Amino acid sequence: MIRRLPHVDRVGIEERAAQLGKRSIKTTAKQQGIRLAVSMVDLTTLEGADTPGKVRHLCAKGVCPAPTMPEIPSVAAICVYPQLVATAKEALDGTGVKTASVATGFPAGQVSLEAKLRDTEDAVAAGADEIDMVISREAFLAGDDTRVQQEIVAVKEHCGDAHLKVILETAELGSYDHVRHASMLAMEAGADFIKTSTGKASAGATPGVCLVMLEAIRDYADRTGRIVGFKAAGGVSTSKAALHRLVLVKETLGDEWLTADRIRIGASSVLNDLLMQYAKTESGRYGRSEDFSKE
Amino acid sequence: MSIETRTSIVWDYAPAPESADHIRLKDRYGLFVDGEFRDPSGGRYVSTINPATEEPIAEVADGGPDDVTAAVESARAAYPKWAALKELERAKYLFRIARLIQERSRELAVVETLDGGKPLRESRDVDIPLAAAHFFHYAGWADKLHYGVNAREVEPLGVVGQIVPWNFPLLMAAWKLAPALACGNVAILKPAETTPLTALLLAEICQEAELPPGVVTILPGDGSTGAALVRAPGIDKVAFTGSTAVGRDIQAALAGTTTRLTLELGGKSANIVFEDAALDQAVEGIVNGIFFNQGHVCCAGSRLLIQESVRDDVIAKLWQRMGCLRLGDPMDKNTDVGAINSAEQLERIETLVAAGEDEGATRRTISCDIPERGYWFAPTLFTDVSPAHRIAVEEIFGPVVSVLTFRTQAEAIEKANNSRYGLAAGIWTDKGSKAFEVASALKAGVVWQNTYNHFDPTAAFGGYKESGFGREGGPAGLRPYLNIVR
Repeated sequence: MIRRLPHVDRVGIEERAAQLGKRSIKTTAKQQGIRLAVSMVDLTTLEGADTPGKVRHLCAKGVCPAPTMPEIPSVAAICVYPQLVATAKEALDGTGVKTASVATGFPAGQVSLEAKLRDTEDAVAAGADEIDMVISREAFLAGDDTRVQQEIVAVKEHCGDAHLKVILETAELGSYDHVRHASMLAMEAGADFIKTSTGKASAGATPGVCLVMLEAIRDYADRTGRIVGFKAAGGVSTSKAALHRLVLVKETLGDEWLTADRIRIGASSVLNDLLMQYAKTESGRYGRSEDFSKE
Repeated sequence: MSIETRTSIVWDYAPAPESADHIRLKDRYGLFVDGEFRDPSGGRYVSTINPATEEPIAEVADGGPDDVTAAVESARAAYPKWAALKELERAKYLFRIARLIQERSRELAVVETLDGGKPLRESRDVDIPLAAAHFFHYAGWADKLHYGVNAREVEPLGVVGQIVPWNFPLLMAAWKLAPALACGNVAILKPAETTPLTALLLAEICQEAELPPGVVTILPGDGSTGAALVRAPGIDKVAFTGSTAVGRDIQAALAGTTTRLTLELGGKSANIVFEDAALDQAVEGIVNGIFFNQGHVCCAGSRLLIQESVRDDVIAKLWQRMGCLRLGDPMDKNTDVGAINSAEQLERIETLVAAGEDEGATRRTISCDIPERGYWFAPTLFTDVSPAHRIAVEEIFGPVVSVLTFRTQAEAIEKANNSRYGLAAGIWTDKGSKAFEVASALKAGVVWQNTYNHFDPTAAFGGYKESGFGREGGPAGLRPYLNIVR
């Protein structure tokens, strides 16, 4: 496979990403943008201390984020560890909200392929609609693209009908060129979504990283006709940051991409900020974080 | 995708217009002579209009020959004291002006946009901050002139006449005034006929900074005012930024006189994209190079040279990116492309674009809503352009890019230099050695690598060939305002 992958210029990409952060999103655009962002949230809890009780609370929050504001839609999915998939699946039954599970030795991925596949099978068997896998950074950084792809292909096979989101963990890849390269590897190996981060690394879905991945998705779609989704995860904790990511999507891929089928925002804390900002557009006053339940 | 769609929220940016309520413009502006606003001797005032609405904003004095004479007299009277002032004291005035520009930046940005039609995003983020930066930069030079010209002993020239264009009204005024004043000269500045307002606000700032009367004179007027200014006895140096035709006329008028001259004129700058470039960022640079300020930029990257192997890719990406440009109300913070500066300029663009079509180039113009009033031209891309076409040779000074191709590095250099102009160029490659090789072979005053239209007060700017002579910015920008004594 001899194919030239265009380089990414760090200064240029960050400038463009920052410039799009200056779009002025006000009034109706802000309300619609916030509702759109809420509908794309993968509400996540990935703690060692997660329990069935906590997951049930989170599911209720995801289905109906703000009972006092009925125009606010449900989130897209609830994202948990494989152990808690069954609990989430039951709590979300009939709501249209998906159950997503991390798998493949999340977050480091430093386990054998057998263990990764087993992890995936467990989550799928428990009813996960979506699997968030991590790529093997160990293989990628050692230059073993083939192994990175083979693992993705194998996990995809074990996903069955479940959708596969491939986490690149961009903060560990070292450069935008690598981010773009890893995006292409994942898409070619069959990823349904590519996702920036685990949320466990030093940095997450920075504007520059998001833009590089969106451009890779656009080029891949232009070349092959296949549509791959994008999930920004890690560090998107405010409404402003979430809307900035949506602007990046809108002005890179176009309006038809602005749906939860294609774009997700993985986060735990952003939801309440979206709700607070939405309430502010209605009331004109800034709310307090206590105005909305944490889960 | 099998995930069902549960939302159908359409998302577009709501209008986000900057408010003009905080602007305190007078109905009428006179000439700024001897530290005061005064009526022109002929009594003539003309309206300056908003090119996005065609509505008048204010009346501005039209300076005549008698006004030029009075301005020169006032400047000559102010010169000895200003030149003798301790350098550090001169610097303080410049620092004060820089700070006042920053303090009034929001107002200046809005007025720049109202008067000239450029998007507020640009006047707010580029024009006004850079104008302040130029005053800060040259304020720092005022007591270090000696070091700016290789440790030679220097003296100011005297009274300088400066004529600035309408594309960056305040920024060009800053480029001209800051080094002139820092070097100990006094200046008479003529702003452009269609965009005099920010220069007149700068006159207010000079008053506020308590600059001694006569050190800065602002003399609004048309071409005839400028022609009178450059020929006036008592002018020691002329600095002009504008069209090559007028520049030629000025040079002819000054031939055989002792008046010094620097010219910053037109361009048809080459933006060269090699196959190993970061293509998405190159596309961004192409857009910024030609659609920034509606292409009303003397160094605009209006001749796009693409290596043939990536031509189709780059054009596809560029066309897709052009579709995202938002044309409309310049006061809207989300507008990317504003209004064309004047009816006259719009006509010039239309004429050249028609010539491009007649000569056989393929034209593509983005489809977008064009406001009913005002002067507008939608971003346009020409492919199948040959180097002989008028659109590949003449400066359009509008949002129109002409695409040519090349096969090898040598051909790129040859084509880039095949122009009567030589103001700027852009090189897009990921390979450092290639960038340096090409840059040193280009006959252009400014060469950008992997960026375009980036300005900084520390960097020299100026042209080769018919793009003019003399440099502005950085230590090189001091030289045209100094006489080397020994």
